[in-house]
Amino acid sequence: MNSLDPTPTLAESSPDCRIHALTGAATGLSRELSAPLSAEISAALAASPGGEIAVRSVDVNIPLLEKNDILAERNRGYFLGRGLAALNLVSSPGAGKTTLLERTLDEFGRRTRCAVLVGDLETDNDGQRLSRPHAPVAQITTGTVCHLDAGMIARAAQSIDLDGVRVLFIENVGNLVCPASFDLGEQRRVVLLSTTEGEDKPLKYPPIFKSAHLVLLTKVDVADLLGFKRELAVENIRRVAPQAKIIQLSSRTGEGLPEWYAYLDALVARR
Amino acid sequence: MHEVGIMQSALDAIRQQAVKHGATRVSRIVLRIGTLAGVDLDALRFAYEALAPGGPADGAVLEIESVPARARCASCHAEFGAGRGFIFQCPHCGDYSGDIRAGRELGIARLEFP
Ligand SMILES: Nc1nc2c(ncn2[C@@H]2O[C@H](COP(=O)(O)OP(=O)(O)O)[C@@H](O)[C@H]2O)c(=O)[nH]1
Ligand SMILES: [Mg+2]
Ligand SMILES: [Zn+2]
Repeated sequence: MNSLDPTPTLAESSPDCRIHALTGAATGLSRELSAPLSAEISAALAASPGGEIAVRSVDVNIPLLEKNDILAERNRGYFLGRGLAALNLVSSPGAGKTTLLERTLDEFGRRTRCAVLVGDLETDNDGQRLSRPHAPVAQITTGTVCHLDAGMIARAAQSIDLDGVRVLFIENVGNLVCPASFDLGEQRRVVLLSTTEGEDKPLKYPPIFKSAHLVLLTKVDVADLLGFKRELAVENIRRVAPQAKIIQLSSRTGEGLPEWYAYLDALVARR
Repeated sequence: MHEVGIMQSALDAIRQQAVKHGATRVSRIVLRIGTLAGVDLDALRFAYEALAPGGPADGAVLEIESVPARARCASCHAEFGAGRGFIFQCPHCGDYSGDIRAGRELGIARLEFP
């Protein structure tokens, strides 16, 4: 017992009893005892002739998602050890992740070996779309889980032949909320925003944009047709995520793709 | 929503802590959650109500400390809070900042054992 540490909490009401936190100083709000706890203490006091009981308050500081974080670090080490760059692609459903990866495999993937892990709630449609003789692809079907986690990535990565692979693309489940909290062990997080969505998406989903290394503004070929204001979208991304690089591209016309491939080349060169 | 998974790992950790501290139950749980952690607090409380019964946290008080987001200005090094919509704009320079210093917390801060 540390006699300097926290103030006795029930001492005032009953002078001959003491309640004393053994470890971990309580502060502010937390000094107040919860109703069930007070009731329990009163009962214990009534039952104990000496009138002394101890409530232990322990500062534990345990990060949550702990298991995922450990697995993510393991993945990161595994990827680094193999000399491959892993990118986690996140967006709303339909923003163009699969289409971009298809074209990337056909162009960039011809000179630099790539692999893809693709997550969806149901079906292996995207995995089928991405299948190429020159690129290993694994489909992860999550069922009801609305994001990929590091454990799924570890298993999926082991299911494909990563020999010679320099870039591993991970297409996350279409969702702008949950994937923000799940580190997969990637080196780069890439968030896609398409011109078919509102220019204010970054303002509505700040956590995922804040975690992005790169934001891809996709489907710019139809921006004018849709009255999508590219400059406003870019300004919103800059405001929410000043740390992120921004590339505007179209998987249909190929606009902006050289810049995307240059980004990938630079990542590979760092390995 | 991933709040169920988060609460599940919280309860697993709490069970381990109870064993470690020789307690059979916990009476108060204090979580510390940043406003940028992407966690819906109502959904988290709901998950708690659903998952806690039958374990050491059954009947415990769940307290959630919300940690406001803060960022640091690259130009003048001032630390400041987020404006509307989590936009960090330095009140002195007007620069936008991505250097987040607080708000991503997601963890168990403290436990009380009876
Ligand atoms: N106009 C246009 N449409 C695109 C582009 N990229 C994808 N799409 C279309 O957007 C829809 C969803 O694309 P998909 O790649 O499946 O999105 P995902 O859900 O993010 O994987 C499909 O109908 C694509 O043909 C693009 O650059 N321009
Ligand atoms: Mg897809
Ligand atoms: Zn400043």
